[in-house]
Amino acid sequence: MSILQDANREQISRRRKIDWILHILFIAATAVGILALMALLVNIMMDGLSRLSPDLFTNYPSRMASKAGLKSAIVGSIYMVLIMTPISFILGVGAAIYLEEYANKNWLTRLIQLNISTLAGVPSIVYGILGLTIFVRGMHLERSLLSGALTMTLLVLPIIIVSAQEALRAVPRQRRDASFALGATRWQTVSGSVLPSAMPGIMTGVILALSRAIGETAPLVMIGALTFVAFLPNGIMDSFTVMPIQIFNWISRPQEAFHELAAAGIILLLGLLLIMNFAAILLRNKYSKNL
Amino acid sequence: MLHKNKKSYMMLVMLLIVAVALAACGGGKKDEAGKGTTDTGTGAALSGTIEIDGSSTVFPLTEAAAEEFGKENAGVRVSVGTAGTGGGFKRFVKGEIAMSNASRPIKDKEAEEAKAAGIDYKELEVAYDGLSIVVNKENTWVDKLTLDELKKIYGPEATAKTWADVRAGWPAEPIKIYSPGSEHGTFDYFTEVINGKAQESRNDKQITFAADTNSIVSGVEGDKASIGYFGFSFYEENQDKLKLVPIDNGTAVVSPSAETIKDNSYSPLSRPLYVYLNTKALEKPEVKAFTEYYLKNVANFAQEVGFIALPQEKYDEQIASLNK
Repeated sequence: MSILQDANREQISRRRKIDWILHILFIAATAVGILALMALLVNIMMDGLSRLSPDLFTNYPSRMASKAGLKSAIVGSIYMVLIMTPISFILGVGAAIYLEEYANKNWLTRLIQLNISTLAGVPSIVYGILGLTIFVRGMHLERSLLSGALTMTLLVLPIIIVSAQEALRAVPRQRRDASFALGATRWQTVSGSVLPSAMPGIMTGVILALSRAIGETAPLVMIGALTFVAFLPNGIMDSFTVMPIQIFNWISRPQEAFHELAAAGIILLLGLLLIMNFAAILLRNKYSKNL
Repeated sequence: MLHKNKKSYMMLVMLLIVAVALAACGGGKKDEAGKGTTDTGTGAALSGTIEIDGSSTVFPLTEAAAEEFGKENAGVRVSVGTAGTGGGFKRFVKGEIAMSNASRPIKDKEAEEAKAAGIDYKELEVAYDGLSIVVNKENTWVDKLTLDELKKIYGPEATAKTWADVRAGWPAEPIKIYSPGSEHGTFDYFTEVINGKAQESRNDKQITFAADTNSIVSGVEGDKASIGYFGFSFYEENQDKLKLVPIDNGTAVVSPSAETIKDNSYSPLSRPLYVYLNTKALEKPEVKAFTEYYLKNVANFAQEVGFIALPQEKYDEQIASLNK
């Protein structure tokens, strides 16, 4: 009997040991990510904080680091997002509603589904090439804000569609059944019952997709967004620049002062992303409480 | 209750969409109005847009000119891109841009494309640059390099695995080689001069191609047995971190400096930087004014951004040639 007990105790202590080792391993895995992020943040903060001043917002780019600012880039980024938002919202949510609520589940919709998921993982520069061919050369929109915004719309569409679909799928079947039972048409069901409860999820997805677009450089470099733009766009057909492009240009210069300026620009961009992600969380919390 | 909430945020979404759509449309109208004034640039105040693209090496010069010109001529909107020398020419030969920055002369193939598209152009020299060969600060053995030795390191059939292979007597440490990437005009120029043909280069495990020149600086700074090259301005800004290698060109041993680059004794690694100008665009008064302003002031800008100005008479000749 005591032999059995001993064996049991040994087994328990071995299992505890494994549990403890894995615990440490998982903590280490978490720490690696956080430490890397902290190192990056500290590094950038040290370089950039001293350059973070109102001048950064009010000055145009300049060959002299002391006078250079991000004005045209900040405005360019904001305009681009303003143009993108309605287009990508309507197209993305529209496609999601069709696929989830209207389409029959057959091989064709499965094929579309597979394509959309694949597109979400395509490297962003590929969208740049696509944008260059279709919008800049094909539709003769030139290197305008509109071309940039449309290219970025293509980039974020798959992300928006997938997240909107997930939000729609999370709405319980019974809600639709109840609505149909009252004699509602498909659109009445979608607009009156399904969309409202899916909206927080959809909005979160859209905002996260937009914040990806703000940080993206490669496709815009490809379609030819410019580096020195000392004026604000007057309309959607004007040439433009965005924050990541200006930051990239500053980093690749020989002068140390420009590297500090780039760091300040990165802090600004991180701040903007943080605000957008925060807004996404707020929206989700606010509207999910009301349901 | 549910009904009310649903309505409130459907309204919110709709409002958002309408607001943005209005903003976009409003912008569009203003743009049309702006275009109307574009063609009336013959008066005292110039207006219009000038699009420039091309080499990122030449960019700081053109940026300086655009910045200062813009202060005096608020009606002219000059924008400058950094698509690279090749990328700039691609747009230039299609007539998409008025001016193209280039860190090498136009290639025959590009010139043919321009001709096919009916585009005439002028080549303007705006400054000199000296390709600077650098090694690590702690590298005590390299006193100079000949062109042949550079070819042993960078050539397509490069045989040098260690420094001892470059010159007998040097330590047998494996060389870590850095080069600007193939999209750079700097790479084109260097490979043409050293290896005999543009774009022909060593390509094995020992060489690293960098898109960002600053990564060459930090690469060479961090490895004792490394070598790299780039434009003179990058050496000037990092003098305390790197060791400059004098070049033996067969007639003399010369280090790049403002003087040796200017009087061309740092041959063959000193190179002119160019701006290519679409002749048709030159007919527009704002483009002509900008080009003249550029050539008149680029000597000062060159100094500020780390290039070497041409002799003054060269600028004067080119300004005179604009009026022909």
